[in-house]
Amino acid sequence: MTQTKERMTRQKVLSVLLSIPVHFAGYLTGAVFIFITGYILVKGIPFLSPDIFALEYNSENVTLLPALVNTLWTILLSLIIAIPLGVGAAVYLVEYAKRGSRFVKIIRLTAETLSGIPSIVYGLFGLLFFVTYFKWGMSLIAGACTLSIMILPVIMRTSEEALLAVPDSFREGSFGLGAGKLRTIFKIVLPTASPGILSGIILSTGRIAGETAALIYTAGTVAAIPENVMGSGRTLAVHLYVLSSEGLYIGQTYATAVVLLILVLGINGISSLIVRKIGGGKK
Amino acid sequence: MVTTAEYDKTGDNVKLSRQIHGGVRNLNRHKTILSGIKVSAVREIAAKAAFLVAATASIAAVIVICVFLCASAIPAIAKIGGGNFLLGTKWKPASELFGIFPMIVGSLYVTAGAIIIGVPTGVLAAIYLAHFAKPRVRQFLEPAVNLLAGIPSVVYGFFGLTVIVPFIREHLGGSGNSILAASILLGIMILPTIVTVSLSSIRAVPDNYYSGARALGSSHEQSVFGTVVPAAKSGIVAGIILGIGRAIGETMAVIMVAGNQARLPSGLLKGVRTLTANIVIEMGYAEGLHREALIATAAVLFVFILMINMIFSIMRRKV
Repeated sequence: MTQTKERMTRQKVLSVLLSIPVHFAGYLTGAVFIFITGYILVKGIPFLSPDIFALEYNSENVTLLPALVNTLWTILLSLIIAIPLGVGAAVYLVEYAKRGSRFVKIIRLTAETLSGIPSIVYGLFGLLFFVTYFKWGMSLIAGACTLSIMILPVIMRTSEEALLAVPDSFREGSFGLGAGKLRTIFKIVLPTASPGILSGIILSTGRIAGETAALIYTAGTVAAIPENVMGSGRTLAVHLYVLSSEGLYIGQTYATAVVLLILVLGINGISSLIVRKIGGGKK
Repeated sequence: MVTTAEYDKTGDNVKLSRQIHGGVRNLNRHKTILSGIKVSAVREIAAKAAFLVAATASIAAVIVICVFLCASAIPAIAKIGGGNFLLGTKWKPASELFGIFPMIVGSLYVTAGAIIIGVPTGVLAAIYLAHFAKPRVRQFLEPAVNLLAGIPSVVYGFFGLTVIVPFIREHLGGSGNSILAASILLGIMILPTIVTVSLSSIRAVPDNYYSGARALGSSHEQSVFGTVVPAAKSGIVAGIILGIGRAIGETMAVIMVAGNQARLPSGLLKGVRTLTANIVIEMGYAEGLHREALIATAAVLFVFILMINMIFSIMRRKV
């Protein structure tokens, strides 16, 4: 009797001992998120003045507007390159390739390799390949090409998942009505999978907006909007890095961090909202 | 084409002419359908080829990246000498000394620090989310973890620079730019990776593991730690490996808080330079052998990452 009692108390003690660190870790994770975003927002929002959104950069206003415009251009250019390749590759993998063939395995392996490569290695490659070998110089287009390789695996994976989620009966129905493979893909499969594909695209947009290491030596650090895509310009994240390493404009640096944080978190939020909508639709 | 004009001339042949007209019309219609099929067949093949080209893009990218890194890295390593390059403790480009050993050690130190801080927190937080958190807490915490993953590394770096570094400087001494600062920051940065991967593998464990353990008289905590977590072990390990990959490859955040001195670090509060930082800091002005040595640094980093990826995919296949 006492033995069972002893065992019971020991079990209780053990349970409490186990549950404390678990709760602590959970709360800590939430607290870290609140602290980081809260700190940046509280410190930065007071410095959000109209000056910081002026058109031309100078040491008086330390505007982030050119960087913001460059960011949008970089996103647009990277997506123009990466979406056809990424979605096309996913269509090939799902609709055409024999599952489990050697070719498919190699594609999977290379895509996984690409997604593991650190962004600075991409940056260095972009410098060697696009900037130096192609003689494009540091330019928005060189940066965008580098980034498009970087986001390719993300778009490929999310598109593939979205295409796989389209029920086969949709395809069979389309074939049964006499549509060819191509028509089935463009009229039935891709539209059905589009929310999933879109969420992957938005996710990679967030990655582009937050990227620094891959852009410093490909798109460069010029604080202006270039005349065309062959010109060099810094994106918002690079702008934040340069400002904080200069260490001269603390207030504006905080404000830039706020804008970047809101931009990227907003983009990611939209992406996960879409994912949740798809999930909700299934239920 | 069959011409039918001559038949039309005589009235007697009107009937015959009509029949022939109809036949020709039919024939032409079939021809159009046939050519339509031919056109669409061509289109199908062209489309398949286009999708195939898109699919090979990732293969081409990996090959080109490897070729361009190796083309500069291998000659440089040959010139410097493999031993001198990998194990040399002096990095002094001005006097042609290119030893990246301090940077390799630096990368390993900050990664180890990130593991010590990030792994226990991350795994426990995943267990918390899966089996302990109330729905309302979970509704807040899960998006928070996802958003944590989305915060750009410069923002993390800036946060480290303005919060962690001054804190260490004031309370623990030194300049604040240190292994410790980089480890804490990286520990936070790999947290979401570890939490999400661990969480999905813990959730993949069938419910009856848990209920079976409860039925045998174990408590909630014992069931979770004794049966569910061991069953999810390989997924958790995969998440940890993925986090390690992210920590080794992280660049901007580390540069902003680690101090970046290119020498063997002598303490937790001393500055350190990682492989990634070495590239960013000096690539702007490097020329000749110096530049090639930096590219070789990237190649070493690339090899590290490839090894980690391989371990990761082996671990994941086991799940």
